[in-house]
This record gives sequence, structure tokens and C-alpha cells, in this order.
Amino acid sequence: MSTTTDPQGGTFRLSMLLNDSRYRSLTLQAIAAIMLAASIAYMISNLLANLAAQDLNISFEFLGSPAGYDINQTLIDYSSQSSNLRAAFVGIINTLLVAVLACITATILGVFAGVLRLSNNWLVRKLMSFYVEIFRNIPVLIWIIIIFTIVTAVLPGARAYLGEDPERNMLAGMFAFTNRGVYVPAPFFTTGFGGEEGSGLNWLLVIGVLIASFFATRFVTAGADKKQAETGIRPNTLYLNLAIWIVPVAIVLFILGLSWDLPDPLANRFNLRGGLQIGAPLIALWLALSVYTGAFIAENVRAGIQAVSRGQTEAASALGLRPNRTMSLVILPQALRVIIPPLISQYLNITKNSSLAIAVGYADITATLGGITLNQTGRAIECVLLLMLFYLTISLLISAFMNVYNNSMKLKER
Amino acid sequence: MSDTHAHSVAFVRMETIPQSAPPLAAAGPVRWGKDNLFATPANALLTIASLVVIYFILAATVPWILNGVWNAGSLSECREILQGTSGACFAVLTERWPQLLFGFQYPSEAYWRPTLAFVLMLVALAPVLFFDLPRKLLIITALFPFVAYWLIWGGTIWAPILALVGFIVGYLVYAKFVNRSFAVGFFGGIAAAFVVWALSGYIVPALTPEETLLSSVPSRDLGGYMLNMMLGVTCVSLSVPLGIVLALGRQSSMPLIKWVCVIFIEFIRGVPLITLLFVASVMLAFLFPPDQTVDLFIRVVIMITMFSSAYIAEVIRGGLAALPKGQYEAADSLGLDYAQAMRLIILPQALKISIPGIVNIAVGLFKDTTLVSVISMFDILGMIRGPILASTDWNGLYWELFLFACVVFFVVCYSISQYSQWLERRLATDHR
Repeated sequence: MSTTTDPQGGTFRLSMLLNDSRYRSLTLQAIAAIMLAASIAYMISNLLANLAAQDLNISFEFLGSPAGYDINQTLIDYSSQSSNLRAAFVGIINTLLVAVLACITATILGVFAGVLRLSNNWLVRKLMSFYVEIFRNIPVLIWIIIIFTIVTAVLPGARAYLGEDPERNMLAGMFAFTNRGVYVPAPFFTTGFGGEEGSGLNWLLVIGVLIASFFATRFVTAGADKKQAETGIRPNTLYLNLAIWIVPVAIVLFILGLSWDLPDPLANRFNLRGGLQIGAPLIALWLALSVYTGAFIAENVRAGIQAVSRGQTEAASALGLRPNRTMSLVILPQALRVIIPPLISQYLNITKNSSLAIAVGYADITATLGGITLNQTGRAIECVLLLMLFYLTISLLISAFMNVYNNSMKLKER
Repeated sequence: MSDTHAHSVAFVRMETIPQSAPPLAAAGPVRWGKDNLFATPANALLTIASLVVIYFILAATVPWILNGVWNAGSLSECREILQGTSGACFAVLTERWPQLLFGFQYPSEAYWRPTLAFVLMLVALAPVLFFDLPRKLLIITALFPFVAYWLIWGGTIWAPILALVGFIVGYLVYAKFVNRSFAVGFFGGIAAAFVVWALSGYIVPALTPEETLLSSVPSRDLGGYMLNMMLGVTCVSLSVPLGIVLALGRQSSMPLIKWVCVIFIEFIRGVPLITLLFVASVMLAFLFPPDQTVDLFIRVVIMITMFSSAYIAEVIRGGLAALPKGQYEAADSLGLDYAQAMRLIILPQALKISIPGIVNIAVGLFKDTTLVSVISMFDILGMIRGPILASTDWNGLYWELFLFACVVFFVVCYSISQYSQWLERRLATDHR
């Protein structure tokens, strides 16, 4: 509010607390503070009274006690004797696993569908808008359950793949699609750290080499840019970059003795042995989140490309740029500025929607900490608070990242 | 053309040739197909690939749907009728129709009540959605919540009537004092309404007869698609005003109010709805007085309303931010106070900009009402996964039921988004 009409100076009277806009905001805030404090105090007193009535207390000691339940899909060592805290960590890693997987596939699907929605081809355009409308207008929970049902009710049991003369053959002898999930070859290292048991160190080494390759290619590209700026001729870096990506990692994998553990149909009469089992709940959640969010991302991509005016394309061709250079140097940088912020909030949505895992029994943080641990220990308040804290941290991290990105991409106006 | 030229050639046509029809290949469906389906080889490949996809989808679904059985008592009966041919068993929908719509505990002789409430809802929504209808219809909209409450929950008619009286008294007090000061009128109205409600808390039990006109139905008996509708409509209509308040609070110059709103909004937006539903089902009861049990339905409504109001607040904040600063300054220079400026100048424009966003949130919220099935409320999804699939008659039947759930959600959500696009065109006052 403007303060120019306020009387200047004068002595302070009590009525000015209501009538003078210099003091009224203080009065209002004081009232608000009192009401807020009163309602919080009321709720806390209710909470304490309820806890006392049910002979409960608030304590986080249960996190240290054994969880007492098994989790079928874990990336870190876990047994039913592990603590509830360990179970929660398994859940966190599973949440992040499905979120990352779904983010990748949803982006691919969304970009694909979004670009095709702008295709010259009428049929493809209609087909893609059909996809977008169908998936956007039906709840993601229904999609998760439908895909889960497809996996568990339509795919055959593991028995179909067993024996010398199975009913069904594994795809390329490596992939088995069963109602419990998909069996894929599992990589392991014969001569790496940790011997036969294997160790996480091997994977860290591989990832480290890949990161080093990434920076090396950045270095090469920067060198090429510099050369182009100086001489006007761009050296061809494609083969060099490919070599940097492939050769070191291949050497490391060879030294560590990479080998594949195939699912074996003959080892056992009841189930497939070996290989890596990707459970049905994970597949259902992953695919459903991908196709559902992919539909939203498709709309973002379409809007982003349409936001770049046609004049930009025309200007680029007037400058004599070839179509692919036009795309990579003129259209995409401008479209990405529009696409990336909603894309990141879609990633946030994927992470939050992954909590629906509980509907199909995938052991994410909501199902371990907010589901089984909560029910077994009865520590409802503590579990729900920790659960919220986890999701809040993730969202704040993602939004912080988004702010940094937005600031760096903001049009620098003079 | 010069005259000399006219003599140097043998023949000059003096009249124009009548226009002839374009060749077949340059117009009509052939041309259209050439341009839109087979423009380039890559395009042609895409067309063929799409046709294959469409063929597979149709081949899998159309015979299945057309061959559907609509009358049978159980899945085995259905399979007998089909005799091994591929066909849907829609009989489950006909047999379990009331359960899908109203849940499995709602008294069957009272099915007409939610149905009537649904029809009334359409009537009540009409004047809100379409501005051309006579404004007097808004009276029905105002009365609708009370009538609907009475129809669905039944019980004594005095509870909704006295609730309505509270609103009327509040409005009268507001109308009397609003000319003096908006704040006095607003808070006076709220206080008056609360006085009436507190008093009616004593009056209603005394007025309630043994036998009420409509039998009373407890909230835990609600279910089916009705529950999704009720949660969606209630939470959207409650969260729009709350969202406006939060958005204005976030823009406020008073630091305390601003930070309370910021923390609330960011907290809610940072957690998934399912955790808030956990709060509703296992934690919220701890925050109410020990001797009071609050219905799960109400707890869920509270949490979903909080959830969607945070998102709506962000949409409205976008609308407020999009208004040129001149509008605020113009309101100030006219000498309007905060409430007048917001009510008469800022909010009408900001809300207009925010309508598409609010509708998106509403669609999202309606879809999210299916999440209540996770905390064991029997909404349409809960009914399908629980009592229907678990029954011995229909065990092993999935696609018909999921198709039904998809269709009911698609119809509602798609029509809402189409309405929003229509409204956007309708309200576009710029760039005429």
C-alpha cells in the first residue's frame, strides 16, 4: 500500500494500530502470530493427550531395531535381520532407481512423441495426439495397475522356460519374460576386486573411467572450438571422441574380466536360476510412469518447439546454415530454454509419483518405511514425518538445481 | 504486349479460357494423401508403420468388444456363452454396476439419492461454467452443497439447514458492515456464522426425530465412482478460495504472513499426495481432541484440499505476477484500499489468466482421487481391486473393469480440458 497519504509525524495513539497503515500491518501480523501459535499449541496439546491416552511416545529408536521382513528387490545388502534404517535406505535407493529409469525413458518417449506431433504426416500426428490425450486423462495409478496386471496375468510362469524342451524359448537365449518379472543377463567380474563375490569397487572404477572420458571429450571439443575460432576450419572430432568413450572403458572391463551370468533354464525344476531378475512391480512402475509422464513431456516439447518463431528458421537459412546446423545452433538452444524448466518439474513429478509403488508392492521408501515398518512398529507419526522429510529434501534439491539452471539460461538483457 | 508483336504471331487468343478442374493427382484425396501421408519416403515409411500399429490395436480390441457378453452371472457362465471365442465379458459391469458407482455398502434402496445429487450437480455447475445462462440459477448452485449433503448422507434435515442459516447470517452481517470496512464486514460475517454453527450444535440433536425422512448413511459406506466425484468436486471447490488466500498471502508485504504461506506451499508441493493421505489415515487423528473422532472422509478432504490449494496458489501467483504493475498503481491512485483493489481490479484479471492452470490442477486432482484406494477407501479402483476381483464370480477378469475405469476418467477429464480451451477462447479479450 502507498504510504504517501499517511499523516506525517504526530503522537502515537492506540487507535492508530487499526487506522494507520504504518501500524496496521504490525497489528495484523501480531494477530496472525497469536492465532498461529494458539492453533499449533492446541494441536500439540492434543497430540500429547492422545499419546498419553494410548501410552505411546515419540521416539526414533525403532530405526535401529531389526526390520524383520524381506525385500525382494535390493541393490544393497539387506536381510530381514537388518535394521529398519537399512530397510529405509533400501527403499530410498529403490525410489531413486525407478525414478531415474523412468526419467530417462519418459524423456525419450516424450521427445519422440512431441516431435512427431508436429510431423507433416497426418496419420502420425493424429496417432501421437491420441497417445497424449489417452495417457494424460487417465490416472497414473490405473496405468500402473494395468501394466502390473499385464505382466503378472498375461506373461507365462517361469516354468514355461524350464527343461530341455521348454514351451517357450528365451529371447536370444538371454531374456526370459515371466509373470514374476524379466530375467536378463547379469554382468559380473571374474578378476576384479572382491574375487568371486564381486565388489561395488569394480562398478565405481568403471563409472570413474566413464566420467574421465566425459571430461576428456569436453576437452577435445573445446580444443576444436578454439581451432575453429582461429582458422575457421573445424577439425573432425567424431572418431577421436568415440575412441575416448569406448577404448578406456573396454580396456578396464577386459582387465576386470567382465562376464555375463545368463538365466539358466536347466539348473532347477521350479524356477530360473541366475541372471538378473527385474521384478514385475519395478517393470510396472517404470513403464507406467514412463508412458504417463512421457505424454506430459510430449506436450512440453511440442510447446517449446512451437515457441521458436518461424522467422528464426528463415533467418538461419538466409545466413546459409544447413538444416541440421539450423536445428542444433538456432532452434534447439531456444526451444530448450522453454522445454527444460517444465521438463525438470516433470522429473519431480516422476519422483513423487513413484510413491505409488505401494499399490503394486515395489519396495520403495513409501512401501518400506511408510508401509511395512509403519505397520509393524506402529510408529505412525515418526515414519510419516521421515517419509515427508525424504521427499521434501529431494524436491528442494531438484528445485534448487532448477533455479541455478534458470539463472544460467536467463536471457542476458542489457 | 505491343501491337507489332500481335502481327508477328499467327494466332492470339482474345478471350480467357474457362477454368478447368485440376487434374486428379493435384487435388482431392489423392493430393491430400500425397501431401500428408506420402510426402517423402521416410514419411511413407512412418505412415505404413502407423497403419500397422493401428491395425494391431484394432484387431486386438474391436472383435473383443463387439463379441462382448452383457448378460451372465459369473465368469464361468460368460466363458460358456463365448465358447472359446475371443470376447469381453461386460456382464461384470451390468451385474456390479451399482457397486462400481456407489460402493458395496451404500444401501441399495437409496441409490436414487446420489443419482439425484449428481443430476443436481450438473444443474448447479451449469451457471458457473456457462456465463450466458440466467444468473438466477446461481441460487441453485448456492443451495446445492446443502441439498447434496442431505441427499447423500441422509439423516436429519436440520443439520444442513442450520449450516445454511449460518452462511446466510454471516452474509447479512457482511453486507451490513462491508460499506464501513471490508475487514470488519468479512471477519464479522465469519464470526456471526461461527456463532450460529456453535448454537446449532446444541439445537440439532434436540430437533432430530427418531425416524428421519432419509435414512442416515455413515461416510465409511460411501464408495465407487461416487466417492471419486465427491472428493473431486468438494476438494476443488474448497481449494480455489484457499488457493487465492495463499497466493495473496505469498505476495503480502507482511513478512510473517508471507513466510507462513511460502513454507506451507513449498512443503505441500514437495511431498507426494500419498504421504499426505497417510497423514490423513494414521496421523491426523492424533491432532484432534482425544474424545473426538473425525471421519476418515473429512480427514481425506482436509488433506487433499490442502494439497491442491498449494498448487492452485502457485497458479494464481503466476496470474498475479503476469499483471502489469500499472494495474496495481492505477488501483492505488484511485484511492482503493487493499481489499477493494484486489476484489475489483486485480483478482478478476489475475483469475482470468489463471483459469487454464486451475483447470489443469482440477483435472490432476480428480485423477489423484484414485489414490484413496491405497489407504483402503473403496473408490472405483478400490472396488475393482478389492470386492469385485476378489469375488469368486469374477476372479480372473481384468480388462473389462480397467477399461470401464479408464473410460469414466477419460470422459470427465477430457471434457474438462476441452471446456477449459473453449473458455480460454471465450475470455480472450486481447488481440481482437
